[in-house]
Amino acid sequence: MPTAPAGTLYRGREGMWSWVAHRVTGVLIFFFLLVHVLDTALVRVSPEAYNAAISTYQTEIMGLGEAGLVAAIVFHAFNGIRILLVDFWAKGPRYQKTMLWVVIGLFVVTMAGFLPRHLINVFTGGH
Amino acid sequence: MAHGTAAVAKIDSPRSPYVRRRTTRGNYELYSWVFMRASGVVLLVLIFGHLFVNLMVGDGVHAIDFGFVAGKWANPMWQVWDLLMLWLAMIHGTNGVRTIINDYATRDMTRGILKGLLYLAFTVVVVLGTLVIFTFDPCPANSPAELLPSFCTA
Ligand code: HEM
Ligand code: HEM
Repeated sequence: MPTAPAGTLYRGREGMWSWVAHRVTGVLIFFFLLVHVLDTALVRVSPEAYNAAISTYQTEIMGLGEAGLVAAIVFHAFNGIRILLVDFWAKGPRYQKTMLWVVIGLFVVTMAGFLPRHLINVFTGGH
Repeated sequence: MAHGTAAVAKIDSPRSPYVRRRTTRGNYELYSWVFMRASGVVLLVLIFGHLFVNLMVGDGVHAIDFGFVAGKWANPMWQVWDLLMLWLAMIHGTNGVRTIINDYATRDMTRGILKGLLYLAFTVVVVLGTLVIFTFDPCPANSPAELLPSFCTA
């Protein structure tokens, strides 16, 4: 039986790389969510167990991890809307490249709103 | 093969109109394509709201502890919010990862095992997460009062 080629490089450029980034961020968020529901479930064990687990997340390193997770979500979400527009808006395919730059612009603006506040919480907040 | 009349009769006449062939595999992939787009829009609102309330309001991550969760789930609005987010994100994510497995796992055996593990993880996480929201007890007995939300002692 012939095997299908896997992992080949498609045509490159904006269309392909945005698709790769959408895929990578999607999988990342999915694995985060599996762990996230498990650690939230500790509220059914005891307040102590939940607080102990959460306090291991409230470190500087994890704070940076959270920033990365939020970045992944923000890109995936905005690029998801771009995919919708490509599929359903008559002019979507023609503007797919322009829309990727709009996605990147919105991403930068959103992260500029989020990062300072989050990093201040992470590095100067605390108990 | 004999050039019998039976074989000839099967060929359409040159000017017969185009007839769309009915697929025999059902419309599952079409529905899943539509679902990815519809759930994506709803998830954008749910997740951005979740992140804003848990990371941006007040002290952000540092404010999260048992009392914080109890305070949120005392409000049915946040229970429904989290429940919807749990189900939609898990179905959307599982379906997305299913597509990726189909793309890269070329051997039937590997693909079967990976999808089995995926559906197992889906079931465990969705059942557990749903139970947690519905059976949550904000004031468990024998717990130190300072860890509990203020309404437990009131
Ligand atoms: C670093 C970022 C995040 C933090 C600090 C965080 C924190 C929390 C907290 C404290 C809860 C308990 C209940 C509540 O507050 O509503 C919770 C529940 C939940 N979170 Fe997050 N979250 C984060 C990111 C996410 C993301 C990205 C998703 C979706 C992909 C998500 C999905 C959920 C779900 C589905 C629940 C309910 C769990 C259950 O049913 O037991 N969270 N999260
Ligand atoms: C925040 C709002 C979200 C939006 C707007 C969104 C949008 C989309 C869209 C439109 C697709 C379909 C892509 C296609 O068919 O080509 C998709 C795929 C995907 N999404 Fe999301 N999504 C969101 C959240 C999530 C979350 C929370 C997860 C993980 C739990 C996730 C994981 C995935 C995965 C794994 C794929 C498959 C990627 C691929 O096949 O290349 N997404 N998303």
